[in-house]
Amino acid sequence: MNNILVFPMVLPLITGVILIFLRPFIKLQRWVTFGVMAVNTGISLYILQKIQKDGILRLDFGGWEPPFGILFVGDSFSLLLVLTASIVTAIILLYAFHSLDAAREKMYFYPLVNFLVAGVIGSFLTGDLFNLFVFFEVMLLSSYALVSLGGSKMQLKHGIIYMTINVVSSWMFLIAIAYLYGTVGTLNLAHISQRIAESGQTPILTVISILFLIVFSLKAGLVLYQWLPGSYSAPPAVIGALFGALLTKVGIYALYRMFTLVFYHEPAITHTLIGIMAGVTLIGGSIGAIAYNDIRRVITYNVVIAVGFILVGLAVLTPAAVEGAVIYLVHDIIIKALLFLTGGTMIYLTGTARIENMSGLIRNYPMLGWIFFITMLSLAGVPPLSGFLGKVLVGQGAAETGSYLLLALAFLSSLAVLYSLLRIFLNAFWGETIISEEDEIPLKKGRLVPLVVFTLGTIALGLGVESIAVYASDAANVLLNPDIYIDAVMNDN
Amino acid sequence: MKINDVILHAVTKIVVFIILTLAIYLFLSGHHSPGGGFVGGLVLASAFVLLYLAFDIETVQKGIPFDFKLVAALGAFIAAASGLGAVFFGASFLSQAFDYFDLPILGQTELATVTVFEAGVALAVVGTVVTIILSISEDV
Repeated sequence: MNNILVFPMVLPLITGVILIFLRPFIKLQRWVTFGVMAVNTGISLYILQKIQKDGILRLDFGGWEPPFGILFVGDSFSLLLVLTASIVTAIILLYAFHSLDAAREKMYFYPLVNFLVAGVIGSFLTGDLFNLFVFFEVMLLSSYALVSLGGSKMQLKHGIIYMTINVVSSWMFLIAIAYLYGTVGTLNLAHISQRIAESGQTPILTVISILFLIVFSLKAGLVLYQWLPGSYSAPPAVIGALFGALLTKVGIYALYRMFTLVFYHEPAITHTLIGIMAGVTLIGGSIGAIAYNDIRRVITYNVVIAVGFILVGLAVLTPAAVEGAVIYLVHDIIIKALLFLTGGTMIYLTGTARIENMSGLIRNYPMLGWIFFITMLSLAGVPPLSGFLGKVLVGQGAAETGSYLLLALAFLSSLAVLYSLLRIFLNAFWGETIISEEDEIPLKKGRLVPLVVFTLGTIALGLGVESIAVYASDAANVLLNPDIYIDAVMNDN
Repeated sequence: MKINDVILHAVTKIVVFIILTLAIYLFLSGHHSPGGGFVGGLVLASAFVLLYLAFDIETVQKGIPFDFKLVAALGAFIAAASGLGAVFFGASFLSQAFDYFDLPILGQTELATVTVFEAGVALAVVGTVVTIILSISEDV
């Protein structure tokens, strides 16, 4: 029994509920939400340390032992993501304080963020398939509200698309769960894995696994990413940053969990398919990122490229590749938040999202220019920034297994990332300054500080990557040896 | 044109009490037999919806002056907090306890903490359903 495990999920949940009663007190809402994320950071750090010492932790809700009850399971992989999500949300909130309009803040923005985070963290921690569905819904319901919060025409248009896609995919998720329950007769992830290992992954189970693959691909934006660029660029930058940093990552997490813990017996079918899908995503994302002149579109296609890249790690499934993918996942949560916020700041300062209408911003806002420059290098994977080690390890894994095509695509996509952002940099920051000093909109400290914190974060993560590599290699070890996870859930007390 | 809805009004006034009684019965029976907070809450909400249909929104809101969004939030809070309560007694999150008490009139009665959780669920359901119905009716 480790009640501490439930707090990262239940604290935002309860806070969100309480904040509904405190609707008129915006200042209080802001700092309470920020405080909860800070406390969550501390708690997840503590749990992460505890896992290194005591192994995988488990909490049976209401004392119902697995496989009968639902439970939370904490391993290094989940906790690393919980920790990063808490930190990144806290910093995104700092940006929200100074950029969000009062109308949106009053319309339950902070409760919704709390519920979103509760859903995300719950999805990372749960050890039960149906519970995973529930937390997906908690997260999605808040994201439906957040995507259309404010009710501008663009938001409503993309909100409807986003909602329809997700309702359909949730329905498919439910059906897949029903199929799996009908076949193996349990919903506890570890127990499912045990049963499948006993009976062998029969063709019907492989078909079910492909249904899960489709469902989570829709959520993560793997191949089926067509809804993503619109709905992530319609809401304000803060909400876009929350989505870009957290939402697709939950889909990726679910893919990793399902295809390493449960459906790992037929890699020739499932993992080859994931490899093909990752390749297609890399190509499609790269084309999108290069094709558009709208900053928001370029940024959202960069999200798509990262999804493809991280899934290359799952496709090749070697220790190095999975460790690299875990590190890259952490890096990507941070850098995507920074990218969305930087892009949002540029749009706020110039009043346009099109790069051909921007020029010479570096003279007006030198700091922002350098932040963008560092973001670009970090995303492209230039050492010593945080994207480097993840890319190298994933590449190493792909080379070890002889997946040279995926290797080539992965690194060509890095060039596409670099090119797409370099184009923004050259167009928007270099060249003739077109904003005169009188027209210059001042870049307030409140907006700049979160960007600087994120930039320092990516530098620090790059230089001190050894410190999280320990946890990442433990995470990869558990992912590649499902028996450790099953043992902790089914046998330990 | 004035609609003659005397019968609807008269029937509603009686039926609402039947529905409310059924709701409470379902809620309490949920401990050992089919029923519980979710079903009880839905039936409870249907009583409110019937009132809104028979009378107009303003009249009902004068009689029941709650903001149903807050009712839903209160329910969610009670449910989550009752789960968290177990943590303070050193039990797993969401653990429930029960015991038998000798109460006046009722005699030996089983009291369970899960009722608190279920009450939260019921309030959340009532609040959500009524909020949905009211938002839809405002749009038209």
